[in-house]
Amino acid sequence: MMAATRPRREHPAEGDRSARARLAILLCGLLLGVVALASLGYGASHTSAMTLLWNVMSGADAISARDRIIVYDIRLPRVILGILIGAALAVSGAVMQGLFRNPLADPGLVGVSAGAGLGAISVIVLGTTALGPVVQMFGIYALPFSAFLGGLATSLILYRVATRRGQTSIATMLLAGIALAAMAGAFSGVMVYLADDRQLRDLTFWGLGSLAGATWTKIAAAAPIIVVTLLAAPFLARGLNALSLGEATAHHLGVPVQRLKNVAIVAVAAAVGACVAVSGGIGFVGIVVPHLLRLLIGPDNRYLLPASALLGAALLLAADAVSRSIVAPAELPIGIVTAAVGAPFFLWILLRRRGILDL
Amino acid sequence: MIEATDLDVFIGEKRIVTGASFEARPGEFVSIVGPNGSGKTTLMRALCGDLDFSGEITFTGRSLSVLKPWQLAGIRAVLPQAASLSFPFTVREVVKLGLTGGRSGVLPGEADRLPERALAKVDLVGFAGRFYQELSGGEQQRVQLARVLCQVWAPVLEGNPRFLLLDEPVSSLDIKHQLTIMRIAREFADRGGGTVAILHDLNLASMFSDRIYVMHRGRIAASGTPAEVLRDELISRVFECAMKVGVPTPMGMPYVLPQTATIAL
Ligand SMILES: Nc1ncnc2c1ncn2[C@@H]1O[C@H](COP(=O)(O)OP(=O)(O)OP(=O)(O)O)[C@@H](O)[C@H]1O
Ligand SMILES: [Mg+2]
Repeated sequence: MMAATRPRREHPAEGDRSARARLAILLCGLLLGVVALASLGYGASHTSAMTLLWNVMSGADAISARDRIIVYDIRLPRVILGILIGAALAVSGAVMQGLFRNPLADPGLVGVSAGAGLGAISVIVLGTTALGPVVQMFGIYALPFSAFLGGLATSLILYRVATRRGQTSIATMLLAGIALAAMAGAFSGVMVYLADDRQLRDLTFWGLGSLAGATWTKIAAAAPIIVVTLLAAPFLARGLNALSLGEATAHHLGVPVQRLKNVAIVAVAAAVGACVAVSGGIGFVGIVVPHLLRLLIGPDNRYLLPASALLGAALLLAADAVSRSIVAPAELPIGIVTAAVGAPFFLWILLRRRGILDL
Repeated sequence: MIEATDLDVFIGEKRIVTGASFEARPGEFVSIVGPNGSGKTTLMRALCGDLDFSGEITFTGRSLSVLKPWQLAGIRAVLPQAASLSFPFTVREVVKLGLTGGRSGVLPGEADRLPERALAKVDLVGFAGRFYQELSGGEQQRVQLARVLCQVWAPVLEGNPRFLLLDEPVSSLDIKHQLTIMRIAREFADRGGGTVAILHDLNLASMFSDRIYVMHRGRIAASGTPAEVLRDELISRVFECAMKVGVPTPMGMPYVLPQTATIAL
């Protein structure tokens, strides 16, 4: 082989995947850039996509006010929201998997999203009546905040039920997740029953998961929480790595385990709450993205978390493009697309792990 | 120095260890022996700061209860009796987790090569790229030990001795690697650190220890040098089988003692 005759450059040490991981992060970043630009240019407008984009970006006078509105008020918020949600969902998945020491943990699968959904539905339905004061006090943050509370409550219950002495049983976790989701679903059902016609329409669309209603207001409501969580995530990475050796060993290695767990649970609940509040139930991003990346670069959270954020954002934008084009000019809720792709993928993971799962 | 006085250790409501007094000095290899369920692991977990206890545990004069996790990580490293790993890390990545606290005590430039050096020490050269979960039990145990060594690579840091707390470090190793690991632990003590090891092999305990603690039903039944502790009456009573120390087997039945081994390192 040619490579063998070339002078050897400095090789990474055997078993050290950090160089590969850095490269993967770079590639995920590039991918996100490409997908984001394409999404900005892609849509039902008749103007040639790239020309339109170029004109708007370069500030050329040649473009019409209509094009400007299409890009700035419709596509750009949608792309930004897609990036935020995709990144937040993938990172929450990865953090949750590290926390539960278990690659099948995902906010959507174990009922955290359902809990957040209940919080959000309550505000949508009762926002004008019983929860009026809350909405008045928190304004646009009422929805993400109540979703956060719902997600937090479910996470805490889940952790209490599924984890004994720092060990999480996969079966208990998934079953507890089913119970929690059912419970949240039941209460959500009550809310739906109480809803009026206009609220019902809102709820249906929201429940399937969609980026369609992306506005700058929604971004303003969700972005602060998501950005804070994304920035906090890297600080959890070392602790989560150590945690994969078990709680006791993580403690022996110097990790403040209790604080790590608290921060991780709150961060996941906050990020999931914000996502659910603005875009409904978009599933499987949190399980597919980290899993793919672990196959590629290994489980080191110092690389896994940033790579998940970038790849999650890119994949969600891609899914959004699919959801917009598959039945154009109408559009499918994006949650349907992610579930259609993610659920079989999940089954494939189960199939591969069947031997070790021990359910 | 690790010092425990009048120690009661609890798991939940249950008192497992009663009235233990324990001491591990720098430069010393201390073994803890005793039958299954006698409380050896529980005592060690209390020393690690994992369990509730009453009484007093101090590390070089500072009370365990005021030391933060990161401070403790700079004073002692722990090899658990059973280890688990929940994601597919490579051997090198597992060993590198020992550097989490960042107080291994080598120059900044050297930390990068530390996993390789630690793996070489435990005789696992060439294993760095393998997946931990695909190793044999004994190999996994040695990887864990390499990780522990990385954490407190220098036995003395900034004038303070550091400690290895090893719960059955050689339980699944062949005789050569038992000796390899015991020598590493012994050398750690000789270079100014301290080693505490739970052992089931009385011959190894006798061969390497400065002092031995014998545990029985949650209490410390005896302590002292190997010669003081390994007496017929005591070990027969504690282990509940009549045994004689230093007596050859009847009828010329073969036996092999680690003391006779010479191995190249
Ligand atoms: N988590 C626990 N909950 C309740 N009891 C426990 C727990 N862990 C240990 N014990 C009990 O405490 C006693 C001492 O256990 P310990 O693990 O300290 O024994 P050991 O001396 O290390 O034994 P071995 O040689 O088998 O490792 C045993 O009777 C055991 O049943
Ligand atoms: Mg034990």
